[in-house]
Amino acid sequence: MWNLLQIELFKIFKKPRTYLAFAIIAAFIFLIQLGLYVNGKDWLKFILGSLDETMDLDYHKLNNGYAVCYFVLNLLLVHVPILVALVAGDVVSGEAGMGTLRLLASKPVSRTQIILAKYFATAVYVFAMLLWIALISLAVSVAIFGVNDLVVAKTSGLQLIESDDILWRYFFAFGFAFVAMMVVAAISLLLSTLSENSIGPIVATVGIVIVCTLVSEMEIPIYQKYIKPYLFTTYMLGWKGFFYIGSTADGETIKGSIQYLPGILKSLAALLAYNVGLVAAAVWVFRKKDILS
Amino acid sequence: MASVIRVNHLSKQFNEVTAVKDLSFSVNEGDVYGFLGQNGAGKSTTIRMLLTLVKPTSGDIQIFGQDLASHRSAILKQVGAVIEKPDLYKYLSAYDNLAIFARMSGIKPEKKILMEQLKRVGLDERANSKVKTFSQGMKQRLGIAVALVHDPRLIILDEPTNGLDPQGIADMRQLILHLSHDLGKTILVSSHLLSEIELVANRMLIIHAGKKMVEGRVDELLDPAKSLVQLSTSDDQQTRQQLQSTPWANYLQPGTSPIQLKMDKASVPQLIADMVGMGISLQSINPMHSLEDYFLSLTTQSGHVESFAN
Repeated sequence: MWNLLQIELFKIFKKPRTYLAFAIIAAFIFLIQLGLYVNGKDWLKFILGSLDETMDLDYHKLNNGYAVCYFVLNLLLVHVPILVALVAGDVVSGEAGMGTLRLLASKPVSRTQIILAKYFATAVYVFAMLLWIALISLAVSVAIFGVNDLVVAKTSGLQLIESDDILWRYFFAFGFAFVAMMVVAAISLLLSTLSENSIGPIVATVGIVIVCTLVSEMEIPIYQKYIKPYLFTTYMLGWKGFFYIGSTADGETIKGSIQYLPGILKSLAALLAYNVGLVAAAVWVFRKKDILS
Repeated sequence: MASVIRVNHLSKQFNEVTAVKDLSFSVNEGDVYGFLGQNGAGKSTTIRMLLTLVKPTSGDIQIFGQDLASHRSAILKQVGAVIEKPDLYKYLSAYDNLAIFARMSGIKPEKKILMEQLKRVGLDERANSKVKTFSQGMKQRLGIAVALVHDPRLIILDEPTNGLDPQGIADMRQLILHLSHDLGKTILVSSHLLSEIELVANRMLIIHAGKKMVEGRVDELLDPAKSLVQLSTSDDQQTRQQLQSTPWANYLQPGTSPIQLKMDKASVPQLIADMVGMGISLQSINPMHSLEDYFLSLTTQSGHVESFAN
């Protein structure tokens, strides 16, 4: 299995398209950092202006590395599934289209091992991509903007998290995002086993993510009650929960706490279940498949 | 001689289409076994079943005396194959492709061994070139290197001369003969050209519309003194049984449908007389001048020639 995983990683990281995602992410984050470096204070004033009646906000201090990273994550994690699909949708169907799948499947390794190796190799790719996001959006932003307290907007108002209570939240948020992105990778992998070219699975994955996200966001009761609980996109933004700090009965925030940990754990469990179910389906399809490409 | 491949009553159905029907044959140790049939005859489907890419609808396959379905991994470690086009990872170098498939075949890809393999197929000087820069002939040679890198006992080559220039075809022929005569490999090679099979194979099978038409030694099947006589009767199965108990049994081709006999053309009147004497209801008898005529007749029957004429 380790041998197969190494081979799959070698193939993924030798493909030029793999680095496209890294380049796009770097360019996007750089643009945000540049914009906030030049106009960050004014922009924060514009965004938080109507909400700061309850707090005395120092916009200069709030425009810090943690805030830049939080802003980047809010914008970027919605679009990262597209970049995940770009690689995961190609892992089986790309080989079918290229004609190498028949060579691969006629070697003395089981089809289950082939699919699992491809899934784990994709996991390494997704992990590397999130690490890249963390490096640029968090480490570089902290180096440029410095550290300070983080203001988080909630439906109930603004919340301030002290600077020494933030880093661990990012660590868990990125961990959660990894599990969420792996659901997208697993959808792509399953669709990839059904196709002979990589365009279909990539487009279909992006389509599924968009439709499910829209349905998750709709405030229509019938969707909320009967459909939303079963959509993976309902749970994908659970990483934000790590930035909602717990508070006492009289409204005092509790340092080092999370407001609603059971909700985060429930989301995590749902995403893990999706991962297991989708990979099992991919294995089942691939084991039964006649390879005619 | 021990059978390396034994195929029993193999069939494959794709929805409404029967690609292979009740096919049985065996390949012996050391054979260069020609698998001949026109395009769409079922050769590639059969080869894909031998390599576990396609699951048979019915029938079983034994390779090296073991059931393929239950000993897949152990068997495939000793099999090398080029399946149709030699498609490889275009964005990787020849060396990287070879190393990947060596590892997948369960061997450690030592640089010296890999370079020797590339030298054997004349690609050692292009080891670091990406496959996307290769000609069809170079890809085919690299495909052969991939098939041989783990020193397999059985080599399966599906239409290995497709897309090659005359020199490439001659080189491929030499390679097959070298693998067989000098290295003792057992080789199954498919082609739609009888002339190709004739030059390299010692035994052969003709497949048409998924069914076995004839199987035997190439020198016997292509003996110009013999004709292939094809019979059609009211009950072919019963006729075959009746002929089995007569001296004609020596000329019967096993497992063919319709019934075929490899015999002197001059004996055909005697065969007809004997069959009439046995009460067999003979509907037609069709002697071919040679196996080549017979193979050509299959091609013509399928309408290829007519479609060009129209």
